[in-house]
Amino acid sequence: MRYDAVIIGGGLAGLTAGISLQKAGKNTAIVSTGQNALYFFSGCFDSIREPSPEIQALFSEAGIRLHYSPGVRLMPMGTFRESALALEDVSIFPNPQFGKKVLIINFMAYHDFFSSFLAEGLEKQGMECRIRFLNLGDLAQPDLGPNQMRAVQIARKMDDVWEKVVQEVRVLLKDEDTVILPQVFGLKDATIPEKIRQGIPARVVFAGTLPPSVPGIRTQMLLKKRYEVLGGTYLMGDRVTGAHVYEDVVQSVVTKQLDRHYLEADNYILASGSFFSKGLISNPFKIYEPLFELDMDYNMDRNTWYDPSFSNHQPYLKFGVKTDANLCPSRGGVPLKNLYVIGSILGETHPELGSGAGLAIRSALKAAQLITNQT
Amino acid sequence: MQYQEYTQSENNFEECTKCSICTVFCPVLQVNPLFPGPKQAGPDGERLRLKDPGFFDATLKYCLNCKRCEVACPSGVNVADIIQSARLHYDQTPPKLRDRILACTDLMGKMARPFAPLINGVASKELPRTLIETALKVDHRRIFPKYGSRSFEAWLRRRQKEQAAFPLQVAYFHGCYVNYNYPQLGKDLVKVLNALGVGVQLLDKEKCCGIAMIVNGMRKEAVKNATHNVSIIRKALEKEGVKVITTSSTCTLTLREEYPALLDVDNADVHDSILIASRYIFECLEKGATLKFRPDYHKRIAYHEPCHMERMGWGIFSERLLRMIPGVEYMPLDSNCCGIAGTYGFKKENYDNSQAIGAALFDQIRAVNPDIVACDCETCKWQIEMSTGYSVLNPISILAEALDTN
Repeated sequence: MRYDAVIIGGGLAGLTAGISLQKAGKNTAIVSTGQNALYFFSGCFDSIREPSPEIQALFSEAGIRLHYSPGVRLMPMGTFRESALALEDVSIFPNPQFGKKVLIINFMAYHDFFSSFLAEGLEKQGMECRIRFLNLGDLAQPDLGPNQMRAVQIARKMDDVWEKVVQEVRVLLKDEDTVILPQVFGLKDATIPEKIRQGIPARVVFAGTLPPSVPGIRTQMLLKKRYEVLGGTYLMGDRVTGAHVYEDVVQSVVTKQLDRHYLEADNYILASGSFFSKGLISNPFKIYEPLFELDMDYNMDRNTWYDPSFSNHQPYLKFGVKTDANLCPSRGGVPLKNLYVIGSILGETHPELGSGAGLAIRSALKAAQLITNQT
Repeated sequence: MQYQEYTQSENNFEECTKCSICTVFCPVLQVNPLFPGPKQAGPDGERLRLKDPGFFDATLKYCLNCKRCEVACPSGVNVADIIQSARLHYDQTPPKLRDRILACTDLMGKMARPFAPLINGVASKELPRTLIETALKVDHRRIFPKYGSRSFEAWLRRRQKEQAAFPLQVAYFHGCYVNYNYPQLGKDLVKVLNALGVGVQLLDKEKCCGIAMIVNGMRKEAVKNATHNVSIIRKALEKEGVKVITTSSTCTLTLREEYPALLDVDNADVHDSILIASRYIFECLEKGATLKFRPDYHKRIAYHEPCHMERMGWGIFSERLLRMIPGVEYMPLDSNCCGIAGTYGFKKENYDNSQAIGAALFDQIRAVNPDIVACDCETCKWQIEMSTGYSVLNPISILAEALDTN
């Protein structure tokens, strides 16, 4: 099968590039090995600090509303981090002292939402906290079993019974100015968090749970839908296993499921992620990019890869595929003309593009732009 | 790299990073609190079972083997294979009579065929179905597939000479369903392939692919069928240029992937030559062959990609073929499991969960209101037809229907 561009990797970077190229009239395919880092997405693009109308428009067309308000966001363990651009259901405050009295709502027998850590963190900021537990069985039958007490399973219930939660919270609310709820709302319908805010007479803050992330999954589903509506082909659960390169041009890629049915394209985008997604692989002797064996930007001495203190910034996170200013990589010193590298596989080799979700989006838009501008 | 040999187990359970993404996609976990979920039943449990088989948990039988966990896994862990292998290796309870009957699809077909009208009549009545439920714990609400009175094999055997005259040849693994229940699908395949200049041959006495035996704990019988099928496929492939074609997504997955993964039957030399018909036809057309379609064919078609088709990553071929028919208005359905999973949904203890799993798909089909639902799997067909009332056709039958043979 022949396409204008084949994108290897279907996470935030791959989908953003795919959507942009489809919008520019290109015919593309995305090959995605399983799901991706969007399943751990906080809902914030922390490394994007300036207003980004282009990004907001791209998401809004997919049904994902973002808001820009520089400040700090509440982390799942009760600490704060600087942020500016986020999904609408993630609150950003001008400073950590956002309220005086806080009601924290959790579910009984749910172990993936840390209400007492949150309370401890907020009390350090001088807030008074009260924690109350809701019984899921009272809200929706059949009740969830212990194996099912996870963010997504709860969120599927909440899609139907969120109004009951609003009622319960209204009953529990005394003189608190803020209510904190776990991020388990609006999996199917992105407007539910906003409706909950309107229904509760206090500031409503949604705080992160352990993964899988409900806002992240919603974002992934909406972006994939948008990509497919624009005519893109999303090959789910397949894996690119090799590539045919002639001199400095990628000719085709091979996938595990399509074996001898090669995917051919004028341009290729490598968005296969970092170590977690096996876009990069490390072993005791080296760190490498397995598909094209691209030149890497990293320190060969293994002793410098990690910092023994777990919480310190780990040097291996900087490592990535070496590219030129136009995100084109090289192989054995020879630049590959029709391959672009985007997203977390770049590590921190392009600090100007940011990190995490910001890097994924900025590099994807850049590669899509370069491909669209080719004559 | 040398050391990898020692750090990677056969079924790669240690590659699991505990990210729990599979739990989002497991259709059983959403409806059945008794099922531990793919992560716990699969890689987590495997670590314990390797230490002590006593950790084997009978609730693993609730796994549908839909493989949606494997499609979603970012680390390439074959979660469903781990679960099904564990059932085959550690489950000491012999399969129930009911499970044996459900699993022996070709034996049942052989026995039922001569009495087809009688059996079809009895199986459609309320009272006998209630008796079957009491005796065998097969749910009385489940509608049985009808048996044909003449087998597909007999039909094609009489056309062997005429088929041999075509310049290109394929061997057709028709499966139990086409042979005993729905020979029309086989006839449709012959019609489409003939239009492409391809003749269709039978394999030398194929046996059931064995998937129903695998999931019902009948390992020995399944290995026997697998060994036989691989050897006759190997024999058919000796002839130059021949491919083995299927029309059922589950038979295809079983022949290609389950034989080596679950039964240790080596099929490496034949693996790549076993193709589902829609992929084979798409590749013929890509190479320049053409099909002519009726100008008066107009249908609104919703395509349901069966779980096993999605696992193989081949839904795109059926989609492309359907979209290629000029009079087809194509409507994709969301990726969802229909809930039946072969014999799973026939069992009384699974019926309600099976229907709950399929609910989202049924609702979407009703909302889309197509003329026909297209689907590459026969058990999905039974489930969707029974649960929604919409008729379901294999994409190959739709191609045959739309074909202009004048």
